[in-house]
Amino acid sequence: MGRIIVEVMPKPEILDPQGKAIAGALSHQGFTEFTDVRQGKRFELTVEGDVTDEALEAARKAAEGVLSNPVIEDVVGIYAEDK
Amino acid sequence: MKVGVITFPGSLDEGDARRAVRLAGGQAVELWHADRDLHGVDAVIIPGGFSYGDYLRCGAIAALAPVMQSVIDRAKDGMPVLGICNGFQVLCESGLLPGALVRNDHQKFICREQKLRVESTRTAWSSGFSEGAEITIPLKNGEGSFQAHDETIAELEGEGRVVFRYVDGNPNGSRNDIAGISNAAGNVVGLMPHPEHAVEAGYGPDSPSGIRTGTDGLIIFQSLMGVLR
Repeated sequence: MGRIIVEVMPKPEILDPQGKAIAGALSHQGFTEFTDVRQGKRFELTVEGDVTDEALEAARKAAEGVLSNPVIEDVVGIYAEDK
Repeated sequence: MKVGVITFPGSLDEGDARRAVRLAGGQAVELWHADRDLHGVDAVIIPGGFSYGDYLRCGAIAALAPVMQSVIDRAKDGMPVLGICNGFQVLCESGLLPGALVRNDHQKFICREQKLRVESTRTAWSSGFSEGAEITIPLKNGEGSFQAHDETIAELEGEGRVVFRYVDGNPNGSRNDIAGISNAAGNVVGLMPHPEHAVEAGYGPDSPSGIRTGTDGLIIFQSLMGVLR
């Protein structure tokens, strides 16, 4: 079984209130090193056998057509997971 | 006039939407998300609630439901479609309306009576208002902040496609205080607050005539009847 990872993040210009709330919680816990937090999504797509170029291409289409909304999100990573 | 009201798993306000249709003089038809058949309706309402695909993005998986394929086809031919709250999100995700709805800037679910200004009466769902009219209908959402690219906002504003705008405070960080928009043809409208909760005296928001007497929302459904007639 192969696995393709798709990572999606809110666009930099879109306010991420969840990330802001997490940043606040971190600083309250004493993690003062972090000036900002943004929260995204990670999808794990499993395929039969090894990850082929075709499977990666399909993942790219799925990432742009379903897994993300280009109005508010960027696909920041599509890659085969190393075993 | 037959007006279909779609139920998705997680829809909450389909009963209120059907009641609003009946009070406006139409015949309400129940539509199921997994059914492609629109049962001969003249218009469709996508009511509010919490669609079952919200964990991906609000409205994203609902937009891929079989019934939405039929709604998209008919909407492109001019059939009136109204999306309320989650329905607005579904219309954006399905590509019938531009932009997207994201989490409220203050992170909180908000429920209140909301004042809106009617900015355009050139749509199937707002023709019964006078331009610039101020109305009050309930608002209740957690992800109601309308966002779009600068060019899209300029296009919406330039073409008079901002149909409703928040007045007396922006409840969710929506760009340009936008509460509702239409497509270019004006048959498809998305609106974040809930007109179906302001259609009958005794059950609506407070108004100058007394508590719970507000029925501004009914005009949206009556507008449709005027268009279909």
